[in-house]
Amino acid sequence: MSDVAAFTARAAAAPAQMAPLLPLRVRGLTLLRGATTVLDGLDLDLGRTGCTVVMGANGAGKTLLLKLLHGLIQPTAGQIDWQGQDTAAVTRRQALVFQTPVLLRRSAAGNLDFVLKARGKDRGRTATLLDHVGLAHKAQQPARLLSGGEAQRLALARALAIDPEVLFLDEPTASLDPASVLTIERIVQAARDRGVRIVFVTHDTGQARRLADDVVFLHGGRVAEHAAAADFFPAPRHPAARNYIDGKIVI
Amino acid sequence: MHSIGDAFGLALSLVLSGDRDLLQIVLLSLRVSLTATAVACLLGLPVGALVAIARFRGRSVVLIVMNALMGLPPVVVGLLVYLQLSRAGPLGFLGLLYTPTAMIVAQTLLITPIVAALSRQVLEDLHTEYAEQFRSLCLSRVQAVQALLWDGRYALLTVGLAGFGRAVAEVGAVIIVGGNIDHLTRVMTTAIALETSKGDLALALALGLILLFIALGVNAAVQSVRLTAARHAHV
Repeated sequence: MSDVAAFTARAAAAPAQMAPLLPLRVRGLTLLRGATTVLDGLDLDLGRTGCTVVMGANGAGKTLLLKLLHGLIQPTAGQIDWQGQDTAAVTRRQALVFQTPVLLRRSAAGNLDFVLKARGKDRGRTATLLDHVGLAHKAQQPARLLSGGEAQRLALARALAIDPEVLFLDEPTASLDPASVLTIERIVQAARDRGVRIVFVTHDTGQARRLADDVVFLHGGRVAEHAAAADFFPAPRHPAARNYIDGKIVI
Repeated sequence: MHSIGDAFGLALSLVLSGDRDLLQIVLLSLRVSLTATAVACLLGLPVGALVAIARFRGRSVVLIVMNALMGLPPVVVGLLVYLQLSRAGPLGFLGLLYTPTAMIVAQTLLITPIVAALSRQVLEDLHTEYAEQFRSLCLSRVQAVQALLWDGRYALLTVGLAGFGRAVAEVGAVIIVGGNIDHLTRVMTTAIALETSKGDLALALALGLILLFIALGVNAAVQSVRLTAARHAHV
């Protein structure tokens, strides 16, 4: 069995022993930041599989929604129901790739070694993970000297190292060149294909078309539209979504 | 009494000749201050790390106290240790007064707050950068502290060197608890004070030169550590 095949088999097998997290049910999710209402009674349902792309204008609350779902911040009101699972346990079974990767001050391999050890995983997987994201030749290079695309791939490898059942990605390809974007999309698609539930935030409509099984469009602190990608892109129903997809600037 | 020029000449010849008394004083100084620095790091780094990542009621008061303790006057520390170790004191039965151990204790008390306060600042800055990622990875507090200490190692080495610099240069505490006994507790700073008061500037200057070289060495080491960190992108 090849390294990548072994990696895929392990990742796919890991979640099967635990009670499922999905489908997700969110009701009345509200988040206040000072006097500002960022999310205003948001309702959302996510199915067991696939890639959900979250879109919306800046300040729509996309990043905060991911952090709320991942358990990094607590809502002011509302419910996030991962099949009744405890919040701390839920976070442990998920991973989040931030827009700007925060890498430890050690080598690329050292970053993965650290996470694998901290989470009780097999440290022998470091080489396989680096190979999976195309960074095998950078294993001993200081992580903070990697290019933007390489750093984001390393962050993705770190997220995949913990065998997440749900993988959140917050604009992971913002300001990357097309080749890096394509590489990251392929890694994300491969993760989706082996059963990892993907929630992907992006402003790039082309990327959304390539990746999305369904699209969540946020507007005014709520889900303005949630539809299958095949239905959403040809004919967005909500005016804000229509303007966004058509590239119209509305102030 | 020698002129300053003569004293410099004599000092250089003492240093170059490898004078045995001089060597003994230098080695004892280094042993006492390096040991105190090591113990201060063992105590101060975990305290600094915990205060850096913990949020608790009264934390700001703790920070004020930690920062204030950085300016502890050495003679006050010496006096406090003296009161504990003197024959009438609670730890008098240990018989440590006027020994190198007493000097190590005094210097450790003097520089532990420096190590704790400076490392707290270093690690808090690092933690601010890492905190959300660590929460996402579900690291325990111990794992987070270990990661911070390792990733901050170059900056923390600088903190340790700053503590050593403070220890090796102080005179007030070690002269009170060490007594400046020849061949037993005489270190560079106490010897300089004694020889200066006796008017023997040659030995005082020789020791002063060595102390200056050590200070230069410490600064060179700090600079080297910074360059190494930058070269390996640990900044």
